[in-house]
This record gives sequence, structure tokens and C-alpha cells, in this order.
Amino acid sequence: MIEIQELTKVYGETTVVDRVSLTIGAGELCAIVGTSGSGKTTLMRMVNRLVEPTAGKVLIDGQDTRDVPAYELRRRIGYAIQGHGLFPHRTVGQNIGTVPHLLGWEKSRITKRVDELLSLFQLDPAQFRDRMPNELSGGQQQRVGVARALAAEPNILLMDEPFGALDPVIRSKAQDDLLAIQKRFNTTVVLVTHDMEEAIHLGSRIAVMDGGKLLQYATPQEIIANPATDFVAELIGGDRPFRMLSLAKVLSLVEPGEAAGDPISAGASLREAYAECLWSGREALPVIEDGKLIGRISRNDLARCAARPS
Amino acid sequence: MSIGLVIRLLVLALLVGFLVSPESFAFVFEPLTKNNQPVIYNQGSLLDLTLNHLLIVAIATALATTVAVGLAILVTRPFGAEFLPLSRSLANVGQTFPPVAVLALAVPMLGFGTAPTLVALFLYGLLPIFENTLTGLTGLPPTVTEAARGMGMTGGQRLVRVELPLALPVILAGVRLSTVISLATATIGSTVAARTLGEVIIAGLLSSNTAFVLQGGLIVGALAVLIYDGLSAIERALTRRTGQGARANA
Ligand SMILES: Nc1ncnc2c1ncn2[C@@H]1O[C@H](COP(=O)(O)OP(=O)(O)OP(=O)(O)O)[C@@H](O)[C@H]1O
Ligand SMILES: [Mg+2]
Repeated sequence: MIEIQELTKVYGETTVVDRVSLTIGAGELCAIVGTSGSGKTTLMRMVNRLVEPTAGKVLIDGQDTRDVPAYELRRRIGYAIQGHGLFPHRTVGQNIGTVPHLLGWEKSRITKRVDELLSLFQLDPAQFRDRMPNELSGGQQQRVGVARALAAEPNILLMDEPFGALDPVIRSKAQDDLLAIQKRFNTTVVLVTHDMEEAIHLGSRIAVMDGGKLLQYATPQEIIANPATDFVAELIGGDRPFRMLSLAKVLSLVEPGEAAGDPISAGASLREAYAECLWSGREALPVIEDGKLIGRISRNDLARCAARPS
Repeated sequence: MSIGLVIRLLVLALLVGFLVSPESFAFVFEPLTKNNQPVIYNQGSLLDLTLNHLLIVAIATALATTVAVGLAILVTRPFGAEFLPLSRSLANVGQTFPPVAVLALAVPMLGFGTAPTLVALFLYGLLPIFENTLTGLTGLPPTVTEAARGMGMTGGQRLVRVELPLALPVILAGVRLSTVISLATATIGSTVAARTLGEVIIAGLLSSNTAFVLQGGLIVGALAVLIYDGLSAIERALTRRTGQGARANA
């Protein structure tokens, strides 16, 4: 659990982060969104003390982060820096193994972990392990940066726009992988992003920042349904009904019955189901789970879910 | 590339050949002498002088490198930052002092011989290495140094594992500059009785023997070119190995 209490950072005359308080429960994924320069990175970097707060404090599992040496704190917290920050003179494998190496892991264990992570991020270990970072594409570098942050299996992961340079296909794969990892290890993740779509998809809670202030900190449902300010509403954009739909899975709306045409998977989002209804002109879709037909989902129900919650 | 390499090897071969057996090259210098002057330097072994010359340069450069890199590391640490301006101006003073003046001032204190020359070369070598090390250590990409901090490296680990390896090509460029300056400056050491190749040149000047002057000058010149080239090649290899081709500079 991360408790951020009245955290403030002042550079010269400007207050970059202004008395922000928020609590991120263990195993939660907190997405911080906001415009450029709103203080997202600064807020995140105060968690692992890369930036020392002007005022306020951060507790991790109840312990003040100032009570341990900064370098020890940072080895326990995975950090994917904005713009990857790979060491140009180290191979991909050495880069990923940085923190395990610092923690004194055995060589064989590090090698195994490196290969595991490379595979996880769709990079063939045999091909990429010994390459230098400048021999990778931007998207590959970014994935290696994220892999490096995950290497020592940290309980807490800070990620600063980790998927910015990825194409939509790989990005959505990387997002799903992150969610899977986070679920499996119950990792607490703080993720900075510009992209509201990404925040809604990934975040169990979303923190909206503007001008150093925390405007709203709530679940995606709450943020979409009741934006705290006009700015938050603007950030969510005009397609709020579709964002609502993207929050829930088909499984939640299955009803008994039959429908014609291609089936949709129970794990798909309501948004995908609604799009499919509109696209194929059907009133209902058959739903399958693990290859078995389990019922149907109707367009009317979907439309009702897209309405503003009362 | 290959033509350049051939020329370098040729220069090296000629240099070694001449040092080992200067008499075989007498025919080259013959036309430059008058009145039956000796053709080849005859007041000592050219090979000995060359080795001594190189030794003095090597010692002075090694000392200068140690001190300059050490200073640069100190003043780029958080606790040393306030000494940055002071150390910069000290190194600058070393550079603005003409080497002859340093020699002249050092002689009363250290006597004649190798010692004052070493002092002059050492002071002279400091600045390029210091400046380059500073550039190398402070010009690292901020995301890389931040990543090193963020991964939980201590100050020492960051220095040894990230900052120095990345700055090495730039530091080496400073060492190269300093070495070449020292090679040339060491000839002046002969004026205070250091045994360097300057002896050959001075002997030639005193007796109006152009052949001597040329021999001394050519050896120093060839040494400078070869060493400069060799160090440049090492730098390029290092730059490539550290995966920062774009950052390569002189
Ligand atoms: N070391 C610093 N000194 C002075 N000002 C700083 C420093 N670091 C950040 N700032 C300022 O603080 C503000 C917030 O910066 P921050 O990096 O937290 O923004 P951000 O929300 O992460 O933006 P982006 O989305 O563009 O990454 C900016 O106006 C920036 O100029
Ligand atoms: Mg940022």
C-alpha cells in the first residue's frame, strides 16, 4: 500500500505538485492522467525519492520512505522511466538484469529471469539478449525498459508512460500482459499516462492531475459518470457512453437465449459487443466461453449500460 | 582505411628501422651536411633518447591523468560541487603558464635534469584531461543517469558502472591531446638537461647541422602521429562498444 500525504514539490517560485494526498491499495493499479507539465512525473518520482518532497510524506506499507536509504528503497520499487533510459553500454540482458545484479542474485537465476521477461514481451531471447540498446527499435527499447523495471519482481511498480512508443497491437498486448502480471503477483502499480483510454482500461483507480493539483481520484466508473470538474470531463472526452461500455465484460450481461451469426467471447468488452451489434446489424449476439455457447447478449441491454448511471 | 593503415605501418617500420640502425639511413641525411659534419647524431644512442623521451611523457601523462580524472570525479560529486570553479581555474593556470617558464621556475627548486621537465609536462597535461573528464561526466543523457538512480545504484556504483564507462571515450580524447602536447613539449626539457629527443635538435642547432635537427624533429613527429592515431583508434572502438556512436567527439 502506498499512502501519499499532503505531498508538495516547489521548484523556485512554482509549485509543481500541490498538497496531493492519495492512497493506493495493495494490488491496485493507479493511473495518473493529466496534461503535459501537470506534475505527474514529479509526483511519481517522489514515491521512490528520485525527487525529494518539499513537504508531505509517502508511506509504503505504513513505513515512511525516509526511514530507509534511498538506494534500498529504489531496489524494492520497479521503475520504468519516461523514455526508457536504457544503459547504452550494456546489452539488453545486462540492462534487464540490473536490479537483480544489485541485489546479488545468482547468475543463473538472473539469466533465467532475463529470458523469461524477454519472452513475455515478445522479444526472442536468443536474438535480443546480447544486443545493444541502440540496435533496437523505439518500441523494443521501451519494452526492455519495462522488463528491466519488472526484473526483481518488485511489489511496487512505477511506470512513466511505458507504452507511448508502441504500435496499437503490441501496446494492447503489453497492457494485457501488465494486467496479468499485476494480478498474478498482486503488484501495486502507479502508471502515468497521457491517454485516458489507457487509464480507463488499466486503472482500478484514476488520479487526474492539473497544474500540480489532484482534481479527482476515483474508480473509472465514478470518473466517467461524475467528473469532478469540467477539466476532468474534457479529458474524458465526448464518447463517455463508449468508455462506460469498455469498462465491463460481455460475461456481466449474458442472458439465456439464442442469437444468430458469429458468436462473441464472454471476455470481450461490452464496447466490442455493441460495436459488433451495430456493425452486423444484429439485435443480439451469441456468447461463447471456452468454446461453449453460454447464452446471448442483446443490443438493448448494451445501450442501457451506456447511459449515465443514475 | 586500408591505405591509411598501410601508411601507418610504413611510418612505424621506418621509425623502428631508423632507431635500431640509424647508420643505414645515412644516405638520406648526407646531402644536408656541410664540411664533413657527422651525418647521424653521434652524442648518444637515438634509441635510448627516444625511449627516455617516451618514458618521461608516459610518467607525466599517467600522473596528470590520475590527478585530473580524480579531481573531475570529486568536483562532479554532490559534496565536491563547490570546488568546481576553484579546480577549473587551477587547471587553467597550469595551461596558461608557458612551459619554458615552468621549466625555468622549477630548476631552482628541483635542480637540472628530468624532474623539472616532469613537473612542466604534468602541469601541462592536466587541463585537457580535466576538461574532457568534466564534459564526459556531466554530459551524460539525463534519462540514463536518472535510470541508474531509479534502479537503486549507490553513488559509487553509478560512477563505476554507468558514468565512467560512458565518459571513457571523451576522457581518452583528453589523454590523447595531453600526450601529444607532452611529446612536443618534452623536447624543451633538454634545455634543462633532461635526456629527451630535444638534445638531438639542440645539438643540431648549435652546430648548424641540419641533419641532426631533422632527425630529432622527424622522430618526435612520427611518434606524435602514431600515438595520436593509435589512441584515436582505441577511442573509436570504445565509443562503438559503449553503443553511443552519435556521442563520439574529439
Ligand atoms: N528539476 C526541475 N526544476 C524545475 N522545474 C521542474 C523540474 N522538474 C520538473 N519541473 C517542472 O515541473 C512541471 C511538472 O513537470 P513533470 O515532469 O512532473 O510533468 P508531467 O506531468 O510529467 O509532464 P509530461 O506529461 O510532459 O511528462 C513542469 O512545468 C516542469 O517544467
Ligand atoms: Mg512526465
